[in-house]
Amino acid sequence: MKPSYQKAWFFVLPVLVLVAFNALIPMMTVVNYSVQETFGNNLFFWEGVSWFEKLLNSDRFHAALGRQFLFTGIILAIEIPLGVAIALAMPRKGIWVSVCLVLMALPMLIPWNVVGAMWNIFTLPDIGLLGYFMNHVLGVDYNMTQSPLAAWMTIVAMDVWHWTSLVVLLSYAGLVSIPDAYYQAAKIDGASNWAVFRYIQLPKMKRVLTIAVLLRFMDSFNIYTEIFVLTGGGPGNSTTLLSIDLVKIALGQFDLGPAAAMSLIYFAITLLVSWLFYTLMMRNET
Amino acid sequence: MQKRSWVPIIYILFLMLPIYWLVAMSFKTTGEILSGFSLFPQTWTFDNYRVIFTDPTWYWGYFNSIIYVSLNTVISVTVALPAAYAFSRYRFLGDKQLFFWLLTNRMAPAAVFALPFFQLYSAVNLFDTHIAVALAHCLFNIPLAVWILEGFMGGVPKELDETAFVDGYSFPRFFTKIFLPTIGAGVGVAAFFCFMFSWVELLLAKTLTAVYAKPIAAVMTKTASSAGYELGLLAAAGTLTIIPGAIVIYFVRHNIAKGFALGRV
Repeated sequence: MKPSYQKAWFFVLPVLVLVAFNALIPMMTVVNYSVQETFGNNLFFWEGVSWFEKLLNSDRFHAALGRQFLFTGIILAIEIPLGVAIALAMPRKGIWVSVCLVLMALPMLIPWNVVGAMWNIFTLPDIGLLGYFMNHVLGVDYNMTQSPLAAWMTIVAMDVWHWTSLVVLLSYAGLVSIPDAYYQAAKIDGASNWAVFRYIQLPKMKRVLTIAVLLRFMDSFNIYTEIFVLTGGGPGNSTTLLSIDLVKIALGQFDLGPAAAMSLIYFAITLLVSWLFYTLMMRNET
Repeated sequence: MQKRSWVPIIYILFLMLPIYWLVAMSFKTTGEILSGFSLFPQTWTFDNYRVIFTDPTWYWGYFNSIIYVSLNTVISVTVALPAAYAFSRYRFLGDKQLFFWLLTNRMAPAAVFALPFFQLYSAVNLFDTHIAVALAHCLFNIPLAVWILEGFMGGVPKELDETAFVDGYSFPRFFTKIFLPTIGAGVGVAAFFCFMFSWVELLLAKTLTAVYAKPIAAVMTKTASSAGYELGLLAAAGTLTIIPGAIVIYFVRHNIAKGFALGRV
């Protein structure tokens, strides 16, 4: 048991000040906007909770929220199993491990708008590698500026490309922490591959996998730059996820009140889902 | 195990394809790009790179990015170290709540904060400075650094602290001479992740800068729209943004997997 020591607060103080400066002041600004109406010139009028009421009843918000959950659901369903499968197939030792890890981590270190631009160049119908291959080799009509389905497949492929490695790295870290003795015992018992996975590897990966799901949920739910650069939310509104819609309202139309109300609801949803994960995780640990 | 080694190979090939295409594009002339499909550059050109290395707007974009990313990494890790120590060694009033509150800032969508950040940093006269971006990125990097460091510190037995204090070490001396070297790998991993998330973030960096501290990624977006979409130039600039990340990742390749695994949520 750790000793109780109230002066430890002084150790935490610098962190508290810096994060509070960045988190609380902007948050207060957002709350302030969310209950007012402005027509520019720094004139503000009290609006109460009407922005929240309007937003929660608006079809536009429901549609963007629906698309957001669909996107996050799809990429979690692909990236988590895929990441675990790749981690299981990775070599455990030797020089190839380092080579694999460095190459796999590379997509995560590319600035997000470059990721968007890269996939844009990659998928251009006649001069992009993927676009050319789809249209002229496979003969499939593929143009993500025209077809919503193509746009969705492209943003999902981009996110899988961008972030599956995070799941691989985490799962791999969980796997290498399993002592060899476990595998030897399983071999003596004549356990099948599936049994080894189900009763040895999966339980050992449970903790890192929960972290992986949590991180992938938070980041995919907040995704903005990559999709904005790649599709701009189009064609039509088909890939306008929550954050893209939010920026359209706040900076495009300069409707600060509705945008602020939307920010708060958006943040609250992220917080709620993450808190659920967090408490589940804490319960598993104790 | 050996039979399945084709799985990572196929995956890595998939990862490399878009990167290859970006690099290939960067060596093509605009004429060649627009005239049609070619798997390899037909006439190799370094013009795109020459433009970047000779135009101050371009190369200062790189310097700006590297300056605020380094500043942010130093600030984040420095303030996170004592905090992580407190979380890993002591109980204090509200510690669990504080820890979760810190993590919630990792969840805040940057899009939510863009406009208020602009107003806040304009109000304190820091708009368009490197330090503004470095401080703003602390929002999500400090919680991450605390989280990772706390995990590493939790793995160091408490007896180390106690023995040092019995031997007459003062706290600052113990911390810098004994404790820091012990968790060196953790500091490296935390710094790596701070570097990474500050390097790849664009929305806040773009919002908080105009001319003097403009990050390379923002220079790219602006050029893409104003210069009639010069794909070759864009590809060359994109290729160059991959290099710093690749260098940093090479140095922490042995510890990167450990970084999150040891962290407590």
